[in-house]
Parts: sequence; C-alpha cells; structure tokens
Amino acid sequence: MSNTEKIICNACPVLCQISPGRSGACDRYANMDGVLTRVDPMVLLERGQPAVVFPHDPAQPWSGALGSSLVVTGVGAGTTYPDYKPAPFIVSSQHEGVDTVTVVTEGIFSYCSFRVKVDTDRWLGPERAIVRHKGEAVGHVTTHEYGSQFLSLGGVHHLTAGSKREGKITCDMMMSLGNKLSVELEIEGGAQLVVQANRAPIVNGLEERRMRVGCGSATIGIFAQQWHGLVDEVVVVDDHITGVMSEHQAGRCLNWKETGLRLKGKRSTPGRYFQVAAPGSGWGGTNIMDPLTIIDSWDPDKTSPGTTLLMVSTTGDDAEFFVLDGQLTPQKAPMPDAVRKVVERIGENCEPALTSVMYVGGAGGSLRAGVTENPILLTRSIKNLLTKVTCGGAPTYIWPGGGITVMVDVAQMPDNSFGYVPTPAIVSPIEFTMRRDHYAALGGHTNQIQKIEDVIARYATKVITQLP
Amino acid sequence: MIWGSAVRACLKHEQYSNEGCQYAVRRWHFQQGPIDLIIGLEGESAVVDAAIERAWTRFERVLEELVSELTFLKTPVPIVGNVLSDFEPAHGVIALSMFQSCAPYGLVDESFVTPMAAVAGCVAQDILAHLKEPGIKKSWVNNGGDIAWYAPQLSKKSFKVGLPEISKSASIALFPADQCWGIATSGWRGRSQSFGIADSVTVIASAAGHADVAATLIANQVSLRHLVADHPHVVQKPANQIKDDSDLGDRLVTTSVGSLSGPEVASALDAGETFARLLLARGWIRGAVLCLQGQFRVGGGFSPQVQQVNQG
Repeated sequence: MSNTEKIICNACPVLCQISPGRSGACDRYANMDGVLTRVDPMVLLERGQPAVVFPHDPAQPWSGALGSSLVVTGVGAGTTYPDYKPAPFIVSSQHEGVDTVTVVTEGIFSYCSFRVKVDTDRWLGPERAIVRHKGEAVGHVTTHEYGSQFLSLGGVHHLTAGSKREGKITCDMMMSLGNKLSVELEIEGGAQLVVQANRAPIVNGLEERRMRVGCGSATIGIFAQQWHGLVDEVVVVDDHITGVMSEHQAGRCLNWKETGLRLKGKRSTPGRYFQVAAPGSGWGGTNIMDPLTIIDSWDPDKTSPGTTLLMVSTTGDDAEFFVLDGQLTPQKAPMPDAVRKVVERIGENCEPALTSVMYVGGAGGSLRAGVTENPILLTRSIKNLLTKVTCGGAPTYIWPGGGITVMVDVAQMPDNSFGYVPTPAIVSPIEFTMRRDHYAALGGHTNQIQKIEDVIARYATKVITQLP
Repeated sequence: MIWGSAVRACLKHEQYSNEGCQYAVRRWHFQQGPIDLIIGLEGESAVVDAAIERAWTRFERVLEELVSELTFLKTPVPIVGNVLSDFEPAHGVIALSMFQSCAPYGLVDESFVTPMAAVAGCVAQDILAHLKEPGIKKSWVNNGGDIAWYAPQLSKKSFKVGLPEISKSASIALFPADQCWGIATSGWRGRSQSFGIADSVTVIASAAGHADVAATLIANQVSLRHLVADHPHVVQKPANQIKDDSDLGDRLVTTSVGSLSGPEVASALDAGETFARLLLARGWIRGAVLCLQGQFRVGGGFSPQVQQVNQG
C-alpha cells in the first residue's frame, strides 16, 4: 500500500502529524505505510540462549540464528485499547515445521488480581480479614492451605469501587507485586507481612525459612518408625493439629507403649489435639515459647519416673528432650544423638518457605477484537486447546467456564512486565499462539501478519533469556 | 481528540531503618509521549512517598502545558520585535525557564537556538522542584540523560555520572558543596538533532536547563565545518526531512559519522572546546567533557575523579 498522507498520532497530547516512514517526537510511534505503529523495544524470549539485545551494536553483530526457540512476548508491544484495530503485533513463525501465528498485545486489565500463597505456619490473621497496604484496603485473607496461607490481593473492587486513594494504592501494590518487588502488607487483627514473588515471606519482622513438613499429626506418622525404640513419647507441636505419638494411630500400629499423656486443647481423635494454644510466632505456629505449658496431665497408672519425652515443632526448628522425675514432672535433659538425627531429618524434609504470586486476569473482553473479528471463536479455540495463551512468554492456566480467565506465575514472566494506566487498571502482556490456518479460520486479521524475521529487522526488540 | 495519558511504574522499592528512623529508597519511571523520566528518591518514608505523589500530579499536566505553547517554544530566541517581559505572564513555568535558559545565547552570541533546546533539562528541573523537602536526603530526575539532582544535606557522598564514551569506569563526581545541580549530555546519536558530530558532550551547570542548552550548543560546535563544507564521512540531512515539524527547519543535522582521522577528530574537538571555554569564562557552565571517536577534552572546575579521567 502506498500512502503519502500524514497520520495523526494520539498516543499523547503532542498529537504529532507523522509523514510515512517517519517517527513522532517520541520515536515510539511511527507511520508505517499509513499505519500508526509502535516501535518501542519489544521483548522476545529465547530459551536457553545467552541474552542478546536489539538493535545490536554494529561492532558486535548478533550471531544467533532465528531458531524456533524464539518466543515473541507482549512486553513492550503496546496496546490498541479499546481494540478497534488489530493487535500491535501479529507475528508468524515456524515451530517444529508448523506455521504458527502469535498475536501479541499489552492488555489493559481492570478485572485482575493476585492469588498469593504465603508458605508459613505463623498466624497471619483470621479468614476474611482485610489486608491493607499503606492504610488502604487492598485485599483479604482467604483459606489456609497445607502449610500456606492464601491471600487475595487487588481486584476490580479495590481498584475502582472504593475511594480514589484506595484505587491508586491498590494499583501501586499490584504493580510492585507483579514486577517482583517487595510489598508491605498489614492484616487487620493479624500480622505485618512483607511479600515478594519467589522470596521468603517476612512475618512480623521475622523471615520465614522453612515450610513445615506436615501438620503435627502427619509429622508423627512420617517419623513414627524412626523414633520407635529411641524415645518413650513424642509430641509434635502444631497450631493446627498437635500429635501425641503413643496415643496416635501411627503409634498404635507400632504397638507403642501408652504413656497416659493428655494435652490441653480439644481432643479430636486419639493422639490428635486442636487448639493446644493460641496462634502466634512461637513453636509450630502457636504462641508458646515453653512447650511444657501445653501438657495437661500424665496418667500415673500408665507412666513412671524415667519416661523420656521429645517435644518438637513441625519444622524441627524447635525441639527439647525431657525425662520425667519422681513427681512425673518433665525435666530438661540432653537430647540423644539418635533422636536428634530424626529431628534434623524433619528440617531436611521441609521445603524453603516462599511467597508465590499468581496473577489472574480476565482477557475475555474487547482485547479479543485485536485478535479476531469474531471474538467468541477465539474464546472457544482457547477452551479447545487450539490456541495457547502465554503472558510475557510464561505458561498460563485458563480457568474452565466462560470467558478467558488467565492465571500465571509472575516469577516466570520477564522483569517489569506490568504497567498501569490511571483508570486505574493494570497493563500486562498477553500472547495468543495458534496454527496459521487455524488463525485464518478464526477470522483473524491475516492481512496484518508479519514474519518474525521482519519484526526483528523493522522494530527495536530485545531478546532475553527465559528464566529457569 | 483524546490522547494517551501518562503512565508510571515503580522500579525500586526499598526500606531501611537507621537510628530509629524509617527510610525509603524509591525509583520511579514516569512517561508520557516523548517524555521519559527516571526519578530517584531517598529519605524518610512518609515524606518520600508524599513527594512522589506531588511530582506525579505535576507530571500529568506537564506535556499538555508545553504543547499548548509549542509555537512559541519552537521560535528562535531572541524573538524578533518582542522582549521577554512581554511574554512572562502568558507562559507556563517550564516554558519560561526554557526561554530563560536559552535567551543568553540568542541575545549575546546570536547562536541559532529555540527554547526547545532546554526542554529536557527544564522538565527535569521542574519535577525535581516538587521533590525538594526537608526529610528528603537525595533526589534526582533523569530525563533521557539530562539530569537534575538535589542533596544539600549529604556532606561526603557524591553524585556520580558515568562517562561511557571514555571508559567503563570514568565518571564525574559532583558534591553538594559544588552547587552544580544540573548535568546534561548531548550528541548526534541522541533523540534530539545536532548540527555537530560529537559522540557526547556532557555539561555541568548550576541547573539542568542551563546544562541542557549548553550541551546542545557545544555539541553543535564540534564539527569539521571550518575545514571542509562537505566531509565524505559525515552525512547530514535537513532536519525537517527527518522529523516532521522540527524546530530546526531545513538546517542540516547529522545522521551518520564515519571514521575520521586523528587530526580531524582533534580539530573538531578544538572547535567545540573553544566554545565551551567561552561559556566557562562567562560562568554560564561549570564544566564540560567533550568526546569524539576515542579522544576527549575536559574543562572546568571539577572534582578529582574527572582529573583522573583526564590523565587516564
């Protein structure tokens, strides 16, 4: 197409009138054959290759071939919101001999949030408690999963339905979280928290190290065989379920001799106790510093002086060894090496405590019009696994049911993938990849397809190596 | 017509405590159209975050304000038939400081200059003004290499600006006592157009706007025009054939520079240095570093690091 007319760029108030082949005052947008085109560096991912930056330094030419490992990402691609025109980049390439098309854009997401998994046994706050950032409500505490507390942060309600400040603070918090920066949170009636993707959470100023090996009852089960014969009684202290070996099913199976030990709290089933103490930052996520405070009584008919007792937390971080004296009162004693070895094994079996940040965004809106003229076909194609959705090159999970609800681990996305607009809403990259013939069948904008080689030749691009 | 709004991103978000006080270190990216700012801030947590919000509120209006008087800003200084006082009430703060930064050159030297020569430095300076407050230990605004900074309370620490054209480790170190709050770099490769061939000219001045215009005009002087009208290795094109609506009209600007001989490089740098020394003598700038194809010149009252650069 030959076009000699200037076009007006409305990317900013300068409203440049740009002649064909030239760029505007910002050098970000150009008139390419009459089409306003973003020329800002776009991020490409190359798996397992050293980093290469485009446009390259003429003195050090890029020697890499355009292998099928090169993945186009939406980072830096720009957006065409509200999508009355095709997505900024519709790129064709070959993957294992198949002609594919990747539609690349930066979506503007009003409907988006983070599911944050905090690996900790410390008590962060009651379920449904408000999570605040800089004094504003930005989310809430949801369920406790095995060894982790889940938080729901951000979302359209906090972004747009509250005060202006609430929206802005929520947006800032979401950007930081998505861009893998640390975020301070305060849970109403609960803990002060610092979270950062793929880093250990910091609860009330203390950095978490280990995730518990299991609940107290599970820990009893895992290690029952190994303690058998080394110690007369084992109590695994846990805020959720505290286990007592000789009474527990695992002990019974091993014909473990009863000691008649009763703990405080609510007895659930034999050897399993709820609420032995209040939640806190002490042993096993309870508030206790002295484990003996959870002991209710010993049955004198079943126990005798000299009985040995191990008390240990679910991470092995805290452990004490006791021997009962003449009054059946536990007295601290040196821990035998064989017992200590099993305590250490609890620690070895704990995984590092991390914060995992999953981004959830709804891409089922007008963004689809940038891909195809018949958006429902895209939605169906994704559900039928004919179109793959990635965010900044990272794999995604698409929720079942209606719409295109994407979930992605931000740790796998390139750094600084998230931006924002003052709506407030979050800007994040999204890519749709499918077979070329399938793209045509979807009603895709096939006349806008560019070869990946041409994209690299024409636009500033930056190749980065995929995170391991 | 509706246009795209400004966007911002937090690049760094760190906290530390010192002697019982909570401190924050922040880095932000503000962008709208052709303006890209990297903003650095360090100081008491509450003050820092409030300052950033103030700067953002200001930033959101900057481009629109400048665009509203673009014709004036693209008109060469001095503006024939007018004196500055006629304009003053009608102009925005940044536009006025752009005009004032450039005015001496137009009036005294009759150099060709439009207020746009100082736009980057003056925007940086204006945003910086919104960050100044007791409790802020250090602040800086980097507008594509034109930098305004402020840290009057830091006694020992310096503000370092790298000189990559000279070597990886070369830098200029500025100290608060020097009262040089502006640094700007210009050259033919940058986004703004240059009549000259300098790889880079870095200027230190009391304020970023002054540094910006001086760097632009010194870079314009680094050329071989006095030797040959048309050097085969220097390609130039009319400015308005590269950028629509360029304030430089059909004046020739450099689009590529090939390899030059040692004496040619020295001669081009001589021309730039003569002009830079004139500006130093007038007190309009405090120092300058001129770089071209491996050779460089340093002038002005600098702190030691640059003296080392000079020797090395």
